[in-house]
Amino acid sequence: MSLNLSAIRAIYGFEMARTRRTLMQSIASPVISTSLYFVVFGSAIGSRITEVQGVSYGAFIIPGLIMLTLLTLSVSNASFGIYFPKFVGTIYELHSAPMSYIEIVVSFVGAAATKSVIVGLIILGTARIFVDYEIVHPLWMVGFLLLTSITFSLFGFIIGIWADNFEKLQVVPLLVITPLTFLGGSFYSIHMLPPLWQKITLANPVVYLISGFRWSFYGIADVSVGISLGATLGFLVLCLVAIAWIFRTGYKLKS
Amino acid sequence: MQTMQQPEPASAIVSVSGLSKTYAGGFKALKDINLDIRRGEIFALLGPNGAGKTTLISIVCGIVNLGEGSVCVAGHDVVREFRATRSIIGLVPQELTTDAFETVRDTVTFSRGLFGKPKNPAYIEKVLRDLALWDKRDNKILTLSGGMKRRVMIAKALSHEPEVLFLDEPTAGVDVELRRDMWAMVRGLREHGVTIILTTHYIDEAEEMADRVGVIHKGELILVEEKRTLMQKLGKKQLTLQLTGPLQALPPGLAAWDLELHGDGSELVYTYDTQAERTGITALLHDLGAAGIGFKDLATRQNSLEEIFVNLLRERT
Repeated sequence: MSLNLSAIRAIYGFEMARTRRTLMQSIASPVISTSLYFVVFGSAIGSRITEVQGVSYGAFIIPGLIMLTLLTLSVSNASFGIYFPKFVGTIYELHSAPMSYIEIVVSFVGAAATKSVIVGLIILGTARIFVDYEIVHPLWMVGFLLLTSITFSLFGFIIGIWADNFEKLQVVPLLVITPLTFLGGSFYSIHMLPPLWQKITLANPVVYLISGFRWSFYGIADVSVGISLGATLGFLVLCLVAIAWIFRTGYKLKS
Repeated sequence: MQTMQQPEPASAIVSVSGLSKTYAGGFKALKDINLDIRRGEIFALLGPNGAGKTTLISIVCGIVNLGEGSVCVAGHDVVREFRATRSIIGLVPQELTTDAFETVRDTVTFSRGLFGKPKNPAYIEKVLRDLALWDKRDNKILTLSGGMKRRVMIAKALSHEPEVLFLDEPTAGVDVELRRDMWAMVRGLREHGVTIILTTHYIDEAEEMADRVGVIHKGELILVEEKRTLMQKLGKKQLTLQLTGPLQALPPGLAAWDLELHGDGSELVYTYDTQAERTGITALLHDLGAAGIGFKDLATRQNSLEEIFVNLLRERT
C-alpha cells in the first residue's frame, strides 16, 4: 500500500492547530525575546562595538539570533509534540493506526520545522525594525534555515521519545542547546576570542551552523561554508540513524 | 493446552497461533496462545486483572511488539502487512486517554484521518449522533464527564468504519445508562457484520453479550467455548444455611440432595445449578423442615471467577 498521506495530514494539521491555539507562546514570545536581544545587544552593546568584519554589530547578530531561536524552538516543538501523546497516553492511537514510522516522523518533524521556519522569518522581519541588513545569498539562507529546522526538529523528536518526564524534556534544550548556541558565536565572531578558545570553540557544532548562516547573509564566515554545510548534514544523518534505530527497536515506544 | 476446533479459514477474521510474549523485565504475559475469532461474532475474553487480556489485544492492534508466533487479521499478517490489518481494526482502550484541548468532532475526524480514510463529515455526524455526542460536538474534551469521554473513545474507534472492534474493559467505571447504550451499540454493529472482541473480568458481562467466551489466566488461554456451554459449566451457586443446632451427620432422608456439612456441623451447604429449570431450593427447605432441622440464617453465593479459574486449572492437570 502507498503512503498514508491522510494520516500525515491529520497529525501535521493537529500540530499546527496546537500552534494556533497557543499563539502567544509559539509566535509572540520568540518575537518579544528577540526584540529584547536587539535592544540589549544591538543598541546598548552595539553602540560600543561598531563593526565586526565590516558589518554593523546590530546586523551581525541577526543570523545568530535567528539560529538561537531556531534551535531552541525546533527542539522544544518536536520534543513536546511526540512527548505529549506519550505522557497522556494518546500515543496508542498512533501505534494502532496504519502508519509507518516514516510517516510519524515526517508529520511531527514537518510540523515542528514549519513552525521554526515561520518564527525564523518573523524574527527576520522584526529585525528590520531595528537594523538595516542585506542577504547576499538568499537561496543559501533559506537552505540553511530549512536544513537547521529539520535537523533540530529531528533531534527534538529523539529527545521527546527519550524523555520520560518533563524534567528530561527541558534538560537538553536548557543545558545543552542554549549554552552551545550562546557560545557558538551568536553574538560575536570566534576570531574575537583568545587563540586557545578559538580552537576549543571548533568542537561546538553550533559554530558551524551560525557561521554558515551568517555567510549566507553577509558573505563572511568563521569557518568555510563547505564545512558548515557538511557539519549540518552530518548531524542530520546522525539524527536519522538514531531515529531509525529507535523505531527498529521500539526504544521507549513499544514494549 | 486444550485443542481448539479449527473453523474454516474464511470464517476466522482474527487468527492467533502460537503467540507468546515476554516483557523486557522477564514477565511472561502470554504463553502459546492459539485462538480463532469468527467473522461477525461477539467474543469475550474473560480473565482476572493481569491475565494477559490487554497484552493480547495490544499485540493484535500493533501497540505491543509481537513476541513469538503469529497473528493474522482478515488473512493479513499484523507485522508484515500492518497497514492492511490496522486499517480494519478499531480499538477502544481501557484508559480514558484523550486530547483534552481538542473538540469532540475534531478528535474523531483526526482519528479517521490517521486511519487513511477520506473525510466524511456525514459519517462522523452519524457516529456522534449514535453515541449521543452530537450536542457536545464543539465542546472541548476536558469539559466532558468520564462517561462522555468514554463515548468519545468509542467514536474515535468507529471513525474509520472498522470491521473488527476491540473493546478493552468497556464497562469499567461506566454508569448503567452508558452500559446499556454501549450494549445496544455493540449489537447494532454486529448486525452490520462487525466482529467484536471485548475483554472483561465480569462473568455476567460475558454472559449478557458474547457468542463465545475465551477464558485467560496467567497468560494462558484455558478454554474457548460457546457461551451457553460455558455458563452451564460455570453457573453453579451455593446456598449456605446456618443451623440452629450442629449436626453430627446428614439424616438419611436428605441423601438425595447435594449437601455438605461445614463448620463442625453448624453449616449446611447446598450446591445447585442456576441454569437449571428448577433449583430445588423450595423442596429442600421443605425436606429440612420435615426432618426437623431448623436454621437461623441463610446466604447464597456464586462461584467467584477466581474459584472458577482454580477449578478450570485443576481440571486441566
